[in-house]
Amino acid sequence: MRKPPEIPSASLADIAFLLLIFFLTTSSMDTDIGLERRLPPLAPDVEQDDAPPIKERNVFIVLVNKDNQLLVEGEWLQIGQLREKAKEFLENPNDSENLPEKEIKEVDFFGEMPITKGVISLQNDLGTQYGVYLEVQNELVGAVNELRNELAMSKFGKPLAMLTKEQQDAIREIYPQRISEAEPKRVGVK
Amino acid sequence: MARFRKAKKELPAISTASLPDIVFMLLFFFMSVVKMRDVTVMVRQSLPQGTELTKLEKKSLVSNIYVGVPHNQYIGVYGSEPRIQLNDQFAEVSDIVNFIVVERQARDEAEVPLMVTSLKIDEYTQMKIVQDIKQELRRASALHINYSAKKRIDNR
Repeated sequence: MRKPPEIPSASLADIAFLLLIFFLTTSSMDTDIGLERRLPPLAPDVEQDDAPPIKERNVFIVLVNKDNQLLVEGEWLQIGQLREKAKEFLENPNDSENLPEKEIKEVDFFGEMPITKGVISLQNDLGTQYGVYLEVQNELVGAVNELRNELAMSKFGKPLAMLTKEQQDAIREIYPQRISEAEPKRVGVK
Repeated sequence: MARFRKAKKELPAISTASLPDIVFMLLFFFMSVVKMRDVTVMVRQSLPQGTELTKLEKKSLVSNIYVGVPHNQYIGVYGSEPRIQLNDQFAEVSDIVNFIVVERQARDEAEVPLMVTSLKIDEYTQMKIVQDIKQELRRASALHINYSAKKRIDNR
């Protein structure tokens, strides 16, 4: 019996290339990056009275109005100045009276550390531009990150990202990221 | 003498039989790494820029909410005000709770607490619509959100 002729496989490569190119064009490789935040849960109205009032010196109020201007602790600021201001608030290096209180807590690796009670409150108008709002948030997150990094460098001699999970958690405990996004005042809608 | 001449005569061609296999390997690599583009974004997306961004780890656990001005071909029908897009259609703020519920049902029960809602919002949008979305997400208790942004390149 005669052997049947072989099917030529030279075109197989071409077919595979075609498929490859098809998948390359229809797919997206871009990973999603952004600022991760947690929203506060919807609290029932009853609970609100029980919470102890937060002292004024412990709150860092950032207002962004409908013209995208910044009022930080009653002072006009440019976005570029915000990071320094927020760092000073959270760090309170000289324990001054009008910056937040500190609480002594036991932290792994560090022993007893004064931890700030400061909370950043970010408020905006309804007419505020989202891009500016995010930029302000970015600066505030940046302030916390910078403080954490500085601490990591001085304690462990490495940036935060290079530390072990336990060390990172300890640093996160010393500089917690407490940024609250308040509900807006009903002004400035076009 | 004759023997040497014979050896010089013809170089064997490089076999291309393995080429398909190599290409298939590439193909499978890309198919497994890459996620199919499943939504056509119908709104303008010029994302804000930031420096302190984090990567979203698990893509399958992310549900996207797009907000922005509709692209030109939709302006006639949907207007030129910023609109919300869920999956492949324009939606109202009130549809978000439903959207989150449907997204949850599509996932494994154990993975539901890990789900993230990524807000892809055009930077020129007013906060009113963002605020409404946030309020609606709190109502659906989808509290883990991500403000999608691009990496800023210049250092200010």
